Amino acid sequence: MSDAGMFAILRCAIRRDLVLAMRRRADVLTTLFFFVIVVSLFPLGVGPEVNLLRSMGPGVVWVAALLASMLSLGRLFSGDHRDGTLEQMLLTPQPLPLLVFGKVVAHWLSSGVPLVFMAPVLGMQFGLSQDAVLVLMATLLLGTPVLSMIGAIGAALTLGLRGGGVLVSLLVLPLYIPVLIFGAGAVEASASGLGAQAHMSLLGAFLVASLLLAPWATAAALRISME
Amino acid sequence: MLDVSGLECVRGDRRLFKDICFSLRPGALLQVHGPNGSGKTSLLRMLCGLVAPAHGDIQWQGSSIRAMGEEYFRAVTYLGHLPAVKDDLSALENLLISAELSGIQLSEEKAIVALRRMGLGGREMLPAKVLSQGQRRRVALARLLVAGTTLWILDEPLTALDSAAVQLMQTIMEEHLRKGGMVILTTHQELSVPGVTTQRLELAP
Repeated sequence: MSDAGMFAILRCAIRRDLVLAMRRRADVLTTLFFFVIVVSLFPLGVGPEVNLLRSMGPGVVWVAALLASMLSLGRLFSGDHRDGTLEQMLLTPQPLPLLVFGKVVAHWLSSGVPLVFMAPVLGMQFGLSQDAVLVLMATLLLGTPVLSMIGAIGAALTLGLRGGGVLVSLLVLPLYIPVLIFGAGAVEASASGLGAQAHMSLLGAFLVASLLLAPWATAAALRISME
Repeated sequence: MLDVSGLECVRGDRRLFKDICFSLRPGALLQVHGPNGSGKTSLLRMLCGLVAPAHGDIQWQGSSIRAMGEEYFRAVTYLGHLPAVKDDLSALENLLISAELSGIQLSEEKAIVALRRMGLGGREMLPAKVLSQGQRRRVALARLLVAGTTLWILDEPLTALDSAAVQLMQTIMEEHLRKGGMVILTTHQELSVPGVTTQRLELAP
C-alpha cells in the first residue's frame, strides 16, 4: 500500500474515534474529573504542610494520571467489541496495527492530553513552583502516550472477559511503574538542581519503544481475543 | 472460487463438526443449515478468516487464506450477528466510515443512493440509536451494496427484517450472483433465489 493510502486510513481511524469521543463527552469528562478529584483529596487529607505537599505533589499527580488512564482503557475496545465494529475492523484489508495505532492516538488525545493541561491547576494546590509545573507538564506529555500504548495491550488481552476491568489493572499497573518512577523523578531532580534531562530522555525512550512495539502486540492480542 | 477441505472446528473440548468439504464457484449460493449450536456461526467465522480451523484448509483462488492475510479481505464481506453499526453515528456516517476503513472510494451521493435502496431514505442523518433493530440491520446490509467484493458471508442476514426487506435482500443477492459473485449464508427461513445454483450444507447437531 502507498504511504498516502496508509496515512489516509490512519487519519480516518483517528477521526472516527475522536468524533465518537465528542459525542460521548460525558465519558471523557468523567476521567478528567476523576483525575482532578483524586489529586485534590491529598492536600485535604494531609494538611497544609507546604514542604510536605511540595515534595509529594509530582508523585501524587503521576499516580492519579496512571489511575485515570487505566479507568479510560475500558472505552478503548469494549464499545467496538460490543456492537461488532471491532470484528469488522479485523476484516478490513488494512494492516491491523495501523488501525490500532489510530485508535490509541485518538484515545490519548481524548484522555491523556486533557490531563497535561489540567496539571498546572493541580500543581498550585501543592505549591509547586512554575519551573516544577513546566517539568511536570513535559513529563506528562511524554509519559501519557506510553500509558495509552501499554494499556491498549492489556485492554485487548482482557477483551470480553468477565471482570476484565480488575484484571486489566493487575496486568497493566506493574508495567506503568517505570513511567511513574521517571515521570515523578524528573520533577524532583529538576527541583534539586540535578536537571531533568536524564529522566526525560528515558521517558522519550519508553515512548519510542512503545510506539514501535505496542501496536503489533495489541493487534496480535485482539486477533486472539476475537477468536 | 472458494475451496474448503477437511475443515474441523473444536470449541473447548467439544468437536462441533469435522470433514467439511465443498467448493463454491462464481454465481453459486451456499446455504448452511443446522440446529442451534451446530456450529454455523463458527463455520462462517472460519470462512472469513476470524477463526483458525483446528484442521483443514480454506483456499481462495488457489491460495490458502491464512497465507493471503489482508489481501483475502479485499474479496470478502462478512456480516455477523451484530450489525456493526455505531449508535452515536448517523446511518450515513456509519456507511462512509466503514467504507473508508475498508479502502473503498465512496462518495456521499453513492452512499445515500445505497441507503435509499435499503429503504432508509430520509433517515440518513439520524443517529443510529434512534433507528429500530430492523433499520440498523438495513444500514449493515447497505454495506453489501457499496462493498464491491466477490464473496459475501452472511450470518442470519434476514433477522429482524420485514417481508419487504427480505424480498429486497433476495433481489440484491440475485443481482450479485448473476454478476458472478458468491454468497454463503445461514438462515432458518427457506430462501429461494430463482435461476441460481443453490448448494446446501447440513451441519449435524
